[in-house]
Amino acid sequence: MLRLPAFRFLQPKTLGEAAAMLAGEPEARLVAGGTDLWPNLKRRHQKAQTVVSLMRLPELRGLHVNGGLRLGATALLADIETDTQVRARWPSLATAIASISSPPLRNMGTIGGNVCVDTRCTYYNQTEDWRRSIGYCLKAEGSTCWVATSSPTCLAHTASDSAPMLCALGAQARLVAPDGEREIPLEQLYQDDGIQYLAKRSDEILTDLLVPGEADAAHCRSAFWKLRRRGTIDFAVLSAAVALWTDPSGEVTRARIYLGAVGSQPVAATDAAQFLIGKPLTAETLAEAARLARKPAYPMDNTDFQAQWRGTMVVQYTEAALREAAGLPVERLAPRHLPVVAG
Amino acid sequence: MAEPIRKITPEEDPAPEREPRLIGKPFRRVDGRAKVTGATRFADDLSFPRMCWVRLVRSTVPHAVIRSIDLGEAEKVPGVLGFLTGKDFPIPFGILPVSQDEHALCPDKVRFVGDPVVAVAATTEDAAYEAAWKVKVDYEPLPTIGSVQEALDTPEPRIHDYGDEGNLHKVVSMTFGAVEEGFAAADEIFEDTIWYEGNTHLPMEQHSAVAVPEDDDRVTLWSSSQTPHYVHRALTKVLGLPASRIRVVACSNGGGFGGKSDPFNHEIVVAKMALKLGRPVKITLTREEVFLCHRGRHPVLMSVKTGIKRESDGRVSITAQRLQTALDGGAYGSYGVASTYYTGALQTVTYKMPAYEFQGVRAFTNKPPCGPKRGHGTPQPRFAFEVHLDKIAAKTGLNPADLRLGMLAEPDTVTANWLRVGTMGLGKCIEAVVAGSGFRERWGKLPPGRGLGLACGSYLCGAGLPIYWNHMPQSGVMIKLDRSGGVAVFCGQAEIGQGSDSVLAAIVAEILGVSLSDIRLCVADTDLTPVDLGSYSSRVTLMMGNAAVQAAERAREQIAQAVGQQLEIPSGRLVFADGRVFDATDPDTGLSFQDAVIATEARFGTLATTGSYIPPRSPGKYRGAGVGPSPAYSYSAAVIEVEVDPATGLWNPLHVWIAHDIGKSINPVLVMGQVEGGVYMGLGEVMMEESAFRRLPRHLSNALVHKFPSMLEYKSPSFADMPPVTTYLIEDPDPQGPFGAKEVGQGPLLPVMPAVANAIYDAVGVRIDQSPIHPHMVLKALQAKAKGDEARFGPKAFPEVDFGETLLVPTPAQGGDGKAINDFKDKLRSGMRSASGTMMSREEALRNKKVSVLTTELKGAR
Amino acid sequence: MSDDLTTLRLRVNGETRAVVFPTHHTLLEVLREELALTGTKHGCELGECGACAVLVDGRPVLSCLALAAEMEGREIETVEGLQIGNELHPLQATFADLNAAQCGYCTPGILMTAKALLAENPRPSGDEIREALAGNLCRCTGYHKIVEAVDWAAARMRGEEGTPPAEVFYGSPVPDAPRV
Repeated sequence: MLRLPAFRFLQPKTLGEAAAMLAGEPEARLVAGGTDLWPNLKRRHQKAQTVVSLMRLPELRGLHVNGGLRLGATALLADIETDTQVRARWPSLATAIASISSPPLRNMGTIGGNVCVDTRCTYYNQTEDWRRSIGYCLKAEGSTCWVATSSPTCLAHTASDSAPMLCALGAQARLVAPDGEREIPLEQLYQDDGIQYLAKRSDEILTDLLVPGEADAAHCRSAFWKLRRRGTIDFAVLSAAVALWTDPSGEVTRARIYLGAVGSQPVAATDAAQFLIGKPLTAETLAEAARLARKPAYPMDNTDFQAQWRGTMVVQYTEAALREAAGLPVERLAPRHLPVVAG
Repeated sequence: MAEPIRKITPEEDPAPEREPRLIGKPFRRVDGRAKVTGATRFADDLSFPRMCWVRLVRSTVPHAVIRSIDLGEAEKVPGVLGFLTGKDFPIPFGILPVSQDEHALCPDKVRFVGDPVVAVAATTEDAAYEAAWKVKVDYEPLPTIGSVQEALDTPEPRIHDYGDEGNLHKVVSMTFGAVEEGFAAADEIFEDTIWYEGNTHLPMEQHSAVAVPEDDDRVTLWSSSQTPHYVHRALTKVLGLPASRIRVVACSNGGGFGGKSDPFNHEIVVAKMALKLGRPVKITLTREEVFLCHRGRHPVLMSVKTGIKRESDGRVSITAQRLQTALDGGAYGSYGVASTYYTGALQTVTYKMPAYEFQGVRAFTNKPPCGPKRGHGTPQPRFAFEVHLDKIAAKTGLNPADLRLGMLAEPDTVTANWLRVGTMGLGKCIEAVVAGSGFRERWGKLPPGRGLGLACGSYLCGAGLPIYWNHMPQSGVMIKLDRSGGVAVFCGQAEIGQGSDSVLAAIVAEILGVSLSDIRLCVADTDLTPVDLGSYSSRVTLMMGNAAVQAAERAREQIAQAVGQQLEIPSGRLVFADGRVFDATDPDTGLSFQDAVIATEARFGTLATTGSYIPPRSPGKYRGAGVGPSPAYSYSAAVIEVEVDPATGLWNPLHVWIAHDIGKSINPVLVMGQVEGGVYMGLGEVMMEESAFRRLPRHLSNALVHKFPSMLEYKSPSFADMPPVTTYLIEDPDPQGPFGAKEVGQGPLLPVMPAVANAIYDAVGVRIDQSPIHPHMVLKALQAKAKGDEARFGPKAFPEVDFGETLLVPTPAQGGDGKAINDFKDKLRSGMRSASGTMMSREEALRNKKVSVLTTELKGAR
Repeated sequence: MSDDLTTLRLRVNGETRAVVFPTHHTLLEVLREELALTGTKHGCELGECGACAVLVDGRPVLSCLALAAEMEGREIETVEGLQIGNELHPLQATFADLNAAQCGYCTPGILMTAKALLAENPRPSGDEIREALAGNLCRCTGYHKIVEAVDWAAARMRGEEGTPPAEVFYGSPVPDAPRV
């Protein structure tokens, strides 16, 4: 049986205590639900002498709905996805979260953990023995990115299902460090590097995610489509998260489209979104926007399904998500999704 | 509903015929309670005082000579107890006598990433892991082979120093009847090239083994094994101990599917380590290691050519078929020689085929060894054949069901390759799924994107021959009865989840008229139980069942004699039922079963009976005739409905209708479980499962690794992916089976994959000539179709293989005698290996080659 | 290598046990190795198969991805605690009767997950059962017997009489079709 390596395990009881621990031990790793870190440690592609758990910090708990939605970083995925207010007001977020892995895992995994989930690659998410047998890779202990050997940067892909949807909805992230805190648009938490995919200092702790009220179902049309092999368990090999705001005449005033698993960070399909501004939500405009979403996506041969085909699917899935958001009939066959969370 | 019990002669059967009480009715499996309470003890659940742990250091290079091993750093890890290396295992082993090519730890050379090199024992699994990581092995890399084509192109260096030529492990060519004449007489010839990717068993339980030293020189191995008897033999050979001092107990397996049927390195290593350290030693493989042990489905490239004739009554008949298969065997022999023959053996038992030629080649490659997975060697050619037939149906304008119904093999006949077909329920199976699915009304008429596909299959009820040549029973059952009234049943069979314990208990309970709770089982223990060869080749119900029938009937006879004497009634009038032995003409006159046993024990002394089973001899006598014969064949047919999205190529199975010719269900709810489980596994194979490998750019790396040895990335269908299944059990008792029962563990998987491929054609009009069927393939084929190119995705061509001279075997219809007419081993490539397993070189074989093709002799034999 | 040990009282199946274990050991390992509760299985070690699912405070979690060190004060339930005295829980009985446990290796995780489902939803639809169990892989059954067993157990727990239809046990009646 594959086991965890030994490490020192700290369970601080306040945010201040946790921040102090991190400041004192910059190499320490944070853990919340553990569903990302423990497998990574078991396979030794991440290492830790000290692990600091966030699960006892009262400041990071809970799910609060006022005008908007505030999610504590350690709110459990299952609690968010089943919350009646979230389902009613941010149904696409509930759908995205309900698509993460499997039900028992969502009982353990947290929203903060999912937003910060390590990038993935089939050359990386492997055991120590396996990685030794390929001479390691750029992301861990090696010098070559085997996905594209000429690439100077790691091409591991973002694996979060909540992140593209939260970005599309315009969520903010709150980060706390011993010297203060800051609130940033979530997309600014990410950068296009498979290794340093989080634009966050090591002493910063993600404490909250804030989803604006203007992104709820009363103001915004949104949808989330996820491509994966099975109807459960699997990470996305592509996801399309769209949020559209229209004026009373039905013309698009604002559009945000983010793609998952086709880059090292959630990919903003800005051309596609820009194209929709001022246009009605017709089949033709949506199809054209979807076509424009293809360009910024870089599906690589580092996950399930053929990479080239995943590229084709960027257009299909973006169009399907846009059509669903616009209320047009959905023509595409989704992979075997379990019942999608109803709005 | 219930069928009369098996016909047996009046001398054999002291009791009047009666309706079975238990057989044919659903009952809770005898191990059911333990399995739902967590009480079942799988191998990893065992723990012994002073038990320590072993971890194997596995090769991280695909092909290399071991230069040196440095244990220095590893020895310093606290808790380390000892090491073993290849030097400790000079004697090779392997499941087949002709492929003794494995060592418990590699002595000099590694052949794939995962080949074990060093074993580390430590007081904890944590310490064993850490020490194993610190073992340094220095390798001198060798060129690697990743496919059959590379093996054909690269005879040197050889992965093994044996085999038919270069890196070809086995080359087979056999011709049954007048094949060329058959093609010449055909109205039309069809040819297809089809690819079937490899995949693996993925049992939920990782292999685990615990060895416990006992007395001075004994060792007991508890293991998750489907074949404790073969593990026993391998241990005996490698450890150099008398077989009587080694005990192998197969724990309940957490799933097998063929993946636990080889003797494995880790089993031998812990036994040796236990003897070395004098304390119990456990190893439990990680999931990744299970992928590396593999022995899964061979990737097979196939070429199939069939001649057909349009009969005056509208039917189509086959005039001849040639099947060529190329198997990617991986790094070791395993069951591979048998697998190679199996890719050709069972093509003939479903449809009439007057002439048949089979040519197969298995290559060694630097990948985990392939072996037997559910359907062993037959799902690949069955996929090819049934897809091929669908194309023949499309071209000839026949409904695929009618095409097949018009060419069914006849019951009680001998095929061109000398397999004896007994009961044959395929026609009923086809009719059931066709009626159930509305195939005649709906096939070809569903809206675009929806389709129905039909396919069939057949499987053995146990291989006719044991794996090593002997004249002893393939299965033995012993029954012990005593004054308690309890019945203890002993048999070497291994419960792997399929329900073999329940079959054993039910048969004995039925014949002795006791309840299942009166039966106690002792199974899969080489010290205590009579030999049964194991849970593979769908042999257990038929073979163990027949042995159990014999043992139980012998017990019943003894009891009837004693009771008849005591009650002064003819023993032939006694009925055994409901826990009593009583007069058929006066049911009130009788004894409780316990009193009956007391009377018998008093009359005859201590009571024990035995039963044995040896399959009937097969009429085939040619070299290679040992693979394919079986006492009976099961048949299955499936119709599957799919939806296909033409814009993405994504497809889903919507409904499966499956009919299985079971002969007679011993316990229908267990049969249902096997049918649904087989459909599931077949869907997994065609939807997503594949053992894929990665090479890195050759100029940068020599790596050749399993692409994703994990349960996350090796995709197996979940609750969310399984469509509804409608099952029809076709009962037509087979005289060879206990109570008429045939197999169900493997057959129902076979029609699933081709039925899907055929349904996709019905839905969107493209042929996917390979499995699994990924969406990009469907999309590519649709794009080709739109451009006016061939509406197909699949392999281009079968490789150039020199199959050498073929073995010429006249068919029964030609008046043959089951023998080949040209079987001189030195002139056939398939005969280059002598019976003792020593190899002659290709050059030697060619020097000895002196006879030309014997077509004239074949014609003379007609 | 850190030699940290954790000492705590674990509440398992309603009983309190004092345990000492290396801090990096998972709940799965502590249950199996320190408490000899080997009913909880492991299939993938990485949270990918569901074989190790146990209930923590009534919710199914993957014990291979939970540190035992975080379990102080939590109510843990394993398959060993499912039966009531010597009586099988209705889920256990229906799983045994429908052959929903073949090799039985995935069964403990599925039983515990199903128990949590029925506690929350006494009348789940087939889709709801499949959704709740979607994290548990099984390689033997093809899942249908499991869904039927959960459905039947739910009915029994609601006090309803009856058994599943005959085709669940015997297969569907073979349709009549004239031979062509």
